[in-house]
Amino acid sequence: MEYSEIMVRYGELSTKGKNKKDFIKQLGQNVRKALSEFDGLEVKAQHDRLHVTLNGADSSAVMERLKGVFGIENFSPSVKVDKDLDAIKEVAVAMVKEVFEPGMTFKINTRRQDKEFEYDTYQMNNIMGDTILDNVPGITVQMKHPDIELRVEVRMNGVYLSGKTIQGAGGLPVGTGGKAVMMLSGGIDSPVASYYAMRRGVKIDMVHFFSPPYTSEQALAKAKELTAKLAGYSGGIQFIQVPFTKIQETIKEKVPEGYLMTVQRRLMLRLTVAIAEMRHAKGIFNGESLGQVASQTLDSMQAINDVTTMPILRPLLSLDKTEIIKVAEDIDTYDLSILPYEDCCTIFTPPSPKTRPDLEKTRKYEGYIDVEGLMKEALDGIVISEIRPGDNYLNQNEDVFAELL
Amino acid sequence: MIYFDNSATTKAAPEVVDTYAKVSANYWGNPSSLHKFGEQAFNLLEQSRQQIADLVGAKLSEILFTSGGTEGDNWAIKGTAMAKREFGNHLITTEVEHPAVHNSMEQLKQQGFEVTYLPVDENGRVSAADLRAAIKPTTILVSTMAVNNEIGAVQPLDEIADVMRDFPSIHWHIDAVQGIGKGLADKIFNDRVDFVTFSGHKFHAPRGIGFMYKRQGRQIAPLMAGGGQERNLRSGTENLPAIAAMAKALRLLLDGEDAKVKRQREIRLAILNHVAAFPNVTIFSKDLPVFAPHILCFAIAGVRGETVVHAFEEHDIYISTTSACSSKKHVESSTLQAMKVDDGIATSAIRISLDEHNTMAEAEEFNRVFDELYTQFEKLA
Repeated sequence: MEYSEIMVRYGELSTKGKNKKDFIKQLGQNVRKALSEFDGLEVKAQHDRLHVTLNGADSSAVMERLKGVFGIENFSPSVKVDKDLDAIKEVAVAMVKEVFEPGMTFKINTRRQDKEFEYDTYQMNNIMGDTILDNVPGITVQMKHPDIELRVEVRMNGVYLSGKTIQGAGGLPVGTGGKAVMMLSGGIDSPVASYYAMRRGVKIDMVHFFSPPYTSEQALAKAKELTAKLAGYSGGIQFIQVPFTKIQETIKEKVPEGYLMTVQRRLMLRLTVAIAEMRHAKGIFNGESLGQVASQTLDSMQAINDVTTMPILRPLLSLDKTEIIKVAEDIDTYDLSILPYEDCCTIFTPPSPKTRPDLEKTRKYEGYIDVEGLMKEALDGIVISEIRPGDNYLNQNEDVFAELL
Repeated sequence: MIYFDNSATTKAAPEVVDTYAKVSANYWGNPSSLHKFGEQAFNLLEQSRQQIADLVGAKLSEILFTSGGTEGDNWAIKGTAMAKREFGNHLITTEVEHPAVHNSMEQLKQQGFEVTYLPVDENGRVSAADLRAAIKPTTILVSTMAVNNEIGAVQPLDEIADVMRDFPSIHWHIDAVQGIGKGLADKIFNDRVDFVTFSGHKFHAPRGIGFMYKRQGRQIAPLMAGGGQERNLRSGTENLPAIAAMAKALRLLLDGEDAKVKRQREIRLAILNHVAAFPNVTIFSKDLPVFAPHILCFAIAGVRGETVVHAFEEHDIYISTTSACSSKKHVESSTLQAMKVDDGIATSAIRISLDEHNTMAEAEEFNRVFDELYTQFEKLA
C-alpha cells in the first residue's frame, strides 16, 4: 500500500504540562534527525500529534527508523484520499483486507475537522462500517478492543485513512532529560544501561577507558561499534576515550592486591566526574547491577562512590543477568558485546578482589599513588570523536567483503 | 547438455567459484587468531553469517555453519537426543526422510531411543493428525523434511506447526535441503520451528559446506568437540572460502526467487503434461500444489529406471533414478515404498530435478527425446 503520511502519537509527554512545548520541539528535532537521509520528507510537530508527510519516500524504511525514536507512543501509516465517498470506501476496504485474517473484528473511528463535509462523524462510522461488512467476508464488528481499528480523519485538505497502529519505543525524547556521562566498557551491561538512560530522555556522552597494550585496538573498536549502534536512538554520540594504562600500572605496583580493583574503580570514577564537569553534564550512568561482581556489592559501591557527590545512576541495579541479556538481544548489542576482546575491566582483575572493601583502608591505599598527577596526565590524553549511527569500526573491510559476497 | 539432476547436486556458479578462490588467496587467516589476519578472516566469517541471517530472516547468532546436509541432520537429531535425554527418549519422524535423518534415527534406536515413523498418503505426505496422535510425554524431537528429495512432496508444514505450537518444549527440526529457493520460505521459517538444515551444494555453492538455523535459546549438544568454534557448538577451523561462497550463492539464489520458481513450475508442468499422455507412464509427483516446483518423478511401466537414465544420457540429457544416494545400491525408492507403490513400478521410477537456470527449450528437447525413446521402449516391452 502506498502511504502518504505517518501520524505519530506522543507518549508520556502529553501529560507533562508546561514542559510539553519543549518536549514536542525536541521530538520534532529528533525525528527530523532520524529521517534526515530521506529527501523531500516533511515533519510537522503539532500540539497533539506529529505528522510525517512522505512525499514518495519509502514508508517501511521510514517506519523502521521511527521505531527507534524515544518519546513516540505509537504511529499509523495513513493514506490521503480525496473527499469522495467512493474513493474513501475503496481505499478503506483495501486497507482492512491487507491486515484481515479469519475471525478478526473491527471498528471505525471517524474524526472530523472539516465541519463542512457532507457526512457527520456518526454517519461516516455507519457508512464505512457497512462498506467493510459488505466487502470483507467473515469480519465482525466489535467496539471494545477490536483487532482492526480503521481511523478515518476528515481534514480540510482531504481524508486520511489508517488501518494499523505500530508500537513506538516509548520513553521520552532524547535531550529533554539533560546530559550525562556514560561509563561504557563494551560488555553486555553498559550498552543496555545506555539504552535505558536515553529512553528517559537523557543525552549521553560515552567514556571508555583504553589500556594499550593490555587491551587491544579491537576492544576499542568494539566499544565504538556499540556506540554507533546506540547512536541510532539519539542521532549521534560523543565518544571519549581515556588513556588508562599508566594509572593501571601504577596501581598494580603500589596498591595491595585485594584493593586493586576498588582503587582502580575510584580512579575511573574520578576521571569520569572530571569529564562530566568539563562537559556540564549533571550525572553519571553505568551498567552496574547489584551483586553481579565484586565491584558491584553495596560495600564496594560505597567505597568507590566515596570520591564524588555527583549522582551515579544505575538503571540495571536490580535486574538479573538474564533480563539484561534479553534487552541486549532486543536492542541488538548482545552479539557485539560478547566478542572476545579483553577490556580494561577484566585484565587487571586480581584473583580474589575484596567484595567488602573497607572505606578507610581504600582511602589510605589510594593515597599511595599520585592521584592528581595521574589524572591530569590521563585527561590531557583524552581523544573525543563524534560517532554517527551506522558508523563502522570493527570491520574496516565491510565494503570489500560486500563485493565478495 | 541438459542437466536435470539438480536435486543430486548443482553446478557451482562461476561468481561463487570466484569468491571461493579470492577468499582462499586473500583471507586465509584463522578466524580465531588474534592478529590482523585472523581478525580479517573473523570479520568476513561474521559478515557472511549476517548476510545469510538477513536472507533467511534470522538473527546473526541463529546461523551455524556445518559441512552440509548430512551433518546438519545428524546434528539436529543426535544433538537434541544428547541435550534432552533426561526429558525423554521418544523421537518422531516420517517414513520418507532422507537417509541422513532415517539412519540417524536408527542409530539412536540402537542406543535405546524409541522412534515413531509417521506414514504418508498417496502423495508422500504425513498428516498433522497422525503427528498429534504420535506425540507422548516422552517425545523430545519431531523431524520432518520440507521437500521430499525423491518425489518433491512438500510436507504440510503449516499444519505441523499448528500441532507443534501445542507442544512448545519438543524440538522441531526441518530438513530443508531440497526446499531452499523454491518459494517455501514462509512455510519453512515459521514461528515455531527450532532447527532447519541446509546444504550448500544444492544451491550452487561448493561441496562440504552447509548451515543450520537454530532458534535462539534452544539447546543442542555439539557433535564436534574441540576448539569451541561456532559459539562452542561446532568445533573445527571454519571453512571460510566455502562459507563466503555459500553466502554469495544464497544471495544469487534468492534474488528474484518468485520469477525463478514460477519458471521452474512451468517447465515441470510442460514435461509432466507431455509424458502423462502416454499410457505406460505413471506420475508420482502430480500436478498439485502439494508438490515442489522443481521435482518430477514418474515411471515408464516395464522399463527399469536405470535403463531410462542411460538412454537419456546418450542424448546428453542427465536425469536420475529416484535419489542419488540410493541409486547405485539397487534398492527401490523408500519414498515410493512408503507410498505403497507396487515394487514392479517403483523400480521404473525416474526423477527430473530442475534449477533456476533450466529453460523451456530444454523441456521441449527433453519431450522430443522422450517420444523417441518411448517408441523404442515400447518395442522392448
